Amino acid sequence: MSRQELLSPEGLRVDGRRPNELRRISCRASVLSSADGSSYYEQGNTKVLVAVYGPREPRQRNPALATEQAQINVEFNVAPFSTSERRRRSKGDKRLLEVAAFVRQTFEGAVQRSVYQRSQIDIYIHLLQNDGGTLEACVNAATLALVDAGISMVDYVCACTAGFVEETPVLDLCGVEEAAVETPDLTVAIMPRNGSIALLQMESRLHVSKLDDVMDLAIEGCKHIHTKLDNAVLAAANDLAEKLSH
Amino acid sequence: MVAEIGPSSIETAFILEALGKGVRVDGRGIYDYRGLRIACGPASGMVEVQLGQTRVLARVACEVTRPAAERPTEGTVQFSSELGTLAAFSLDRAVAQEVSIARMIERVIRQSRAVDTEALCIVAGEQVWALRVDLHFIDHAGNLVDAACVAAVAALRHFRRPDVTVDGGRAVIHDPRERNPVPLSIHHTPVCVSFAFMGKAGELVVVDPEAREELVQQAAFTVTMNAHKEVCALNKAGGVALGPEQIRRCTQIAVEKAGEITDAINAALKTAAAEEAAAAQ
Repeated sequence: MSRQELLSPEGLRVDGRRPNELRRISCRASVLSSADGSSYYEQGNTKVLVAVYGPREPRQRNPALATEQAQINVEFNVAPFSTSERRRRSKGDKRLLEVAAFVRQTFEGAVQRSVYQRSQIDIYIHLLQNDGGTLEACVNAATLALVDAGISMVDYVCACTAGFVEETPVLDLCGVEEAAVETPDLTVAIMPRNGSIALLQMESRLHVSKLDDVMDLAIEGCKHIHTKLDNAVLAAANDLAEKLSH
Repeated sequence: MVAEIGPSSIETAFILEALGKGVRVDGRGIYDYRGLRIACGPASGMVEVQLGQTRVLARVACEVTRPAAERPTEGTVQFSSELGTLAAFSLDRAVAQEVSIARMIERVIRQSRAVDTEALCIVAGEQVWALRVDLHFIDHAGNLVDAACVAAVAALRHFRRPDVTVDGGRAVIHDPRERNPVPLSIHHTPVCVSFAFMGKAGELVVVDPEAREELVQQAAFTVTMNAHKEVCALNKAGGVALGPEQIRRCTQIAVEKAGEITDAINAALKTAAAEEAAAAQ
C-alpha cells in the first residue's frame, strides 16, 4: 500500500476537512420501542446503535458484589458488515471486551449509581459501520441513550478523538487516518459542565510537548459534541411533548 | 484486611488521613516507586520482575509462520497473560482485569511499535517470525501494569532468536549451537507509570499504588513513556473525573519516573549480558 498523504499542502485531509473540523454528526434518541432508552448516533461514516435497559433486577445475584450501587453492564457488538471486509468476531474477542470495559468504567463515574440500589443497568452497543472513532461514538451514543432512559447522571459524557498528523493536531480522526501507522490517536471524554476528564486513551507515540495541544483540541471538540447531544435530547423531548398534547 | 471484602472504613480513613499529611501506609514518599528488581535469565527472553511484593514473570518465544495476507513483510507479536488465584485469591475468575492488563501491555508494545516487525521477516510472503510473550502474574501486591510492562519489555530486549540466512528464496534457520542467536530489533523501551487518585474528588495522588491503596483509590491513570520523552500510551478509564491540570502534572512526573525505570532496565540487561559473557568463557 502506497504512502497516502493524510494532510495536503493546502491543509486539507483525506475527506476534505480542515484539521480542526469535526465530522458531520447526526443523532437521534428514542429509536427503539422495546428498550428503556435508545439512541442512534452517526459521526461521519461511523454508525452506532445503543439500547439501554434499566434499572432492572440484576440477573446474577452475586452477594459478593456491592449492591449499594447499581451495576452497569456493557456489551459491545460489532456487526460483521461494519468493516469493508466482512469479518465475524467472537464474543470473547479481547478488543471488544476492552471497549466494553472502557465504556462501563466511564459511565460508572457518570451515572448516579447510588440512586438505583440493588439493580442493574444494561447498555448494549452495536457498531453498524466502522470508520474510525468507535470508542468516541460509543460513549456519545451511550450518553444519549442513558439520558433517553431517564437514568440519573452527573453530567453528559462527551467524547472526541484527536491525532497528530505532520506536525499538526487534527480533530476527529476518520478510519483512514486511524489506520495510518504513525498517527497518534487520543480519545478523551469529558463532562462538559466542569471540563473534567472521565476517559483518556492514547495510542502510538507522541512527544510530551505536543500532548497539551492535542488534548486541548480534543476537549474543544467534546464541547461541540455536547451541543449536538443536547439538541438531540431536546428534539426527543419536544417530540414526546407534541404527541402527549394531542 | 480480607481482600475480597475490601478495606474497612477505619483503614480507608487512616490511608486518606496519612496521605493528607504526605505519608503513605508503607512509609514511601508520594512520588516514590517501590524497590524494582529485574532478574534476567537463565533462558533468553525470560525475565522476572519484582516491584515491591508484586512479582511478574515474562517469557518470550518465537516460531516461524506464514505472514498475514495484508502484511506479507511483517512478523507478529502476540501477548498472553495468566492472572489467577496464584497471584491473589480475589482474582478468581477476574477475567475483566486480566483482559484489561493484557490489552494494555499489548497496546503499549504493539501500537507504539516498540518491536520492529519488519525485521522479523524471513522470506517475504512466506515465512516470518511470530513472537509470543507470555506474562505470568505470580504475586499481586498492587500495580500489576507497571511490573508487567517492565517484564515484557525487558524480556523482549533480553530475547535472542535463532539466526537465519536467506539463500535465494530458501531460508536456513541455524541452530543456536551452530551460530549465536541474534537479539530482536527494538526501537524504544516503553515504560508504564501508574498513578492512583484518592479522596472524594481525587485530590490526593500517589505513584505506584500498592494493594491497599489500589482498593481505596477513586481513579487510576497510567502514562506510558519512553526515554525519548515520547508518550506511548495514556489510559484513564472510569473512576472520578480528573481535571486537565492533574493529567498534565502526572505526565511531567511520569517523564522523570520513566527515565529512572529505563535506567534500571538497561542496568539489569547489562549485568545479564556480562554474566553470560563470563559464563561463556
